[in-house]
This record gives sequence, C-alpha cells and structure tokens, in this order.
Amino acid sequence: MPSVTYISPDGTETTLEARVGDSVMDTAVKNGVKGIVAECGGACACATCHVYVDEAFLAEAGEAGPLEDDMLDGAASERTNCSRLSCQIKMSDALDGLKVTIAPEQV
Amino acid sequence: MSEHILIIGGGQAGMQIAVTLREEGFDGSVTIVGEEHHGPYQRPPLSKAYLAGEADAETLELRNPQFYVDNNIVVIPSEKVVSLAWGEKHGVATTETGRELPFDKLALATGSDPKRLTCEGADLDGVLYMRGLDDANELKARWEKIHNIVVIGGGFIGLEVAAVARKYNKHVTVVHSRDRLMSRAVGPVVSEFFLEAHIKRGAEVLLDSKVTKLHGESGTVSGVELADGTVIPADAVMVGIGVSPRGELATQLGLEVSDNGAIVVDSHARTSDPRVVACGDVALLPHPLTGENMVMLESVQNAVDQAKLAAKSLLGGSEEYHAVPWFWSDQAELKLQMAGLSQGFDQQVVRGNPDEDKFSVLYYKNGRIIAVDAVNDVLDYMAVRRALTAGQNIPADLAADSSVALKTLVTD
Repeated sequence: MPSVTYISPDGTETTLEARVGDSVMDTAVKNGVKGIVAECGGACACATCHVYVDEAFLAEAGEAGPLEDDMLDGAASERTNCSRLSCQIKMSDALDGLKVTIAPEQV
Repeated sequence: MSEHILIIGGGQAGMQIAVTLREEGFDGSVTIVGEEHHGPYQRPPLSKAYLAGEADAETLELRNPQFYVDNNIVVIPSEKVVSLAWGEKHGVATTETGRELPFDKLALATGSDPKRLTCEGADLDGVLYMRGLDDANELKARWEKIHNIVVIGGGFIGLEVAAVARKYNKHVTVVHSRDRLMSRAVGPVVSEFFLEAHIKRGAEVLLDSKVTKLHGESGTVSGVELADGTVIPADAVMVGIGVSPRGELATQLGLEVSDNGAIVVDSHARTSDPRVVACGDVALLPHPLTGENMVMLESVQNAVDQAKLAAKSLLGGSEEYHAVPWFWSDQAELKLQMAGLSQGFDQQVVRGNPDEDKFSVLYYKNGRIIAVDAVNDVLDYMAVRRALTAGQNIPADLAADSSVALKTLVTD
C-alpha cells in the first residue's frame, strides 16, 4: 500500500497507508485527519479539501482538470502552483511517499 | 456515572453527531444504531459514480472501522429500533430483535424513505428505488440485462440514474408528473436547460405525465402505462418521486411531528423535548437564513451542518443554525450546483450562455440575492455561496454583465 503524509497547518505530520484508488481526501477523512473538511464527499463540488502537493510529487499527481481549476480559484486559502483538491488525486503505487500540506482555510 | 448518548440512524447525520460529540470533548458513551447492514457510508455517489462503476463500496465508507474504535464510538448495524420510552432515570430504545439500548440523551437521525408507487403493479419485480447501498446493488446486478428503463420522477435521483443509463446506451424514458424538471430545487430556466440536455443525450422525457399502472410478465415489470393509455416498454423501472421523513419513533416520545412525518426542531436542532435532538432528512427546521418559514433540507450539507449543531446542543450549547444550504447534482458531464433557497424569488439574472453548457442563474427577493443555480460554473456558485454566508449582496444590475467576475461585485 502506498503511504501518504499529511502536514497540518499547525505542523503536525500524519502518515497513513492508502488504498490504491482511494483519493488523498478519502484516505484522510476515513482516518480522521483534521483540517480536510471535504463537505461534498469527493464530488469536486465544494473546494474544502484544498492541499499543497510537495513539489517532488507535482508531476506524478498531475494537473487540475478544468472544473477543479475553477474551484481552486474560488478556494478559501491562497492558491499556489502546488494547489490541488485532494479529492481529485487518486492514490497509486507511483505516489508512494506523497506529502501534502493541508491549506489552513477550507470553508 | 457517565452520560450515555444514543444516536438512532447510521447515515451521514448520525455519524457526524458522534464525531462532533468527540471533537467537543464529550467523554461519556456514544452509540450509533442503524438498521442497514453497512456502517455509515456516503449516499450521493450511489446514483452517480457508484452506479457508473467509478467507486466501490469501500470507497463510500465515511470512516474506516478503526476510526470508530479509536474514538470509542459504538456502531451497531442491522438493528432497527422499534420502540422508545422514557423511564424515571433514563430512556430505553428497543430493537426489533429485543435488544435494549439505554440513553440519557437521544439524537434522531432516522432520515427518510423513498415514496413508494401505489398503482397496480407497483410490487412487480424490477420496480426499483434508490436510497441505500442495497438498492444501488440491486440495480447494478440487473444492469447488463436492462435495455429499456423507465424512470418515474424527474428530480435529482431520477435524472442522475437516467444520465448514467444513457451513458451505457440504454433506452431511457423519464416520466415526470409536473410541468418542469427538478421543480422543487431549481428555477424554470435551469429546468428547461436540463430538459433539453437530457433529450439531446438521447433520453425521452415526458412532462405532465401520470403513471396509472405497471404491466408485468411472469411477475416482472414489462411496461409502464400512462393516463393517456400509452404503454412504454420497460425491463426495469426506477422510481424517484421524493421521500417521506421517518419521524414515527418521535411520536412515541410525544415529540412534535408534522403532518408529513417530519420531526419539528428549533434553530438549535432541538425537538420539543430538550433531551432529544433531530437532524438531517427527518427534520423540519426553521429556514436557516431567514427564519421566516419551516423547511425540509434533504442534503449532505444539511445532514452534516445540522448534525454538528445538534451535537453541540446536546452538550448544552446555544448556537443557532444559519448554515447556507447547498446542493449538487451530476448529470452526464453537467455539474449542477445550487446555494441558498430560490423559492419566492421576484427577480432573476442569467449569466453566461446555456447553449455552451456553462451558465448561472442568480435569484433575488426585494433586491437582495437569495440563491444561485450554476451549471458547470463553479466561480459564480462559489461567489454567491460566500456572499450568502457573509450576509452580503451582489446587485442584480451589475451581475447582469457576465464578463465581470461576481466576486468583485459583492457589497453589504
């Protein structure tokens, strides 16, 4: 199982084993990682699972699709070139060791 | 002795009450009892990604089993509570199997049942509903063999299933009793757009049409007869004609229940007994933005937000419910997002171009924005949702210029 590390806005790190095919958001929410709100449950409908992807994994995580791109423009925290909605990143073996920082403001 | 809070209903709202109780530091016992055979899971994908094969049952779990263990939340599935009573010291819930669950405080998150067809043939095999995972699994198990599907009801559920069925090239007929689609949730411009969108994608859509009888062969549905005598061939019928709140248990405690079976709550999610809260689909609550009238809000957003508040109220909090209602629906590649409640609007502004599958409709009452319906237009949706949350306005005359970003127009 690929692992993923979440860095909370307060600096706390949580590393979890993810199920391949679950999203980075799913993995966090199911395990009770705080800070990822994910109001819509992963339908790319709310922009409350905003994360900053570690630069080393940017290419593998891929680019935001058009809808996600617009959602990120409307997200509560500042958008950077590392911004993604974590519900749109599916875990794979290639993403093993992924690190994401949870955006401080989600709603 | 530590306090015991019992939550009846293992859906989104029930799970959220438990989570919030722990987040707020409650250290008594927390039990969720639900009649489904599954732990709490997400319902919205059932008629969308799950049906389309893009998500499996494990993906839909709201929390993994270890989460409940770690947070000392007892989840009892497959048990239906049939009676509730207060004793001298505490209350007791009794399940169908005779199990007794004591409580000091109670949360009712019993949700709703799909309204059932009552016409002749309604009990034929192949007449399906979409409420839980078992319903979705039943439809999926039949999926390969379905060529002609008739969807009764042109609301979210019906149209989402219709869109997935068209994606798989099934012959789809939507029979809707009203004169426009999703009439309870969206405005006329959006109804008209989705009518054309579904027709363009190959579905037949019949408005103002009433089903009078279902035909069957060897016990299985074979056709749907309408009031005008037309019979539409069907090897499956998906019924999505609304829901009935499941407030029956509340009556056993003498709580106030409305005519439609919903549990009446105040702006703190409290029932007429302060030891009992109710939230989610089963609750009839004061309009969260105006407080002027009572509303039903059958959505994930309300299940989550009202549950958070209900948990705090159980712990003695006095916060009031002012969350902006929002909803979404995925139909084909069209993402419909709604914020606020548009009922009673006296002015509307259409931005963008429906012909390009990207537009929004802003709704106003007395010059103030009250709601938005957006199709593939996330930015307009987000801007209105934010403005409503902050109690701000977006003047209609300025919003009419689609080239200007809504978020730059927000005023007090």
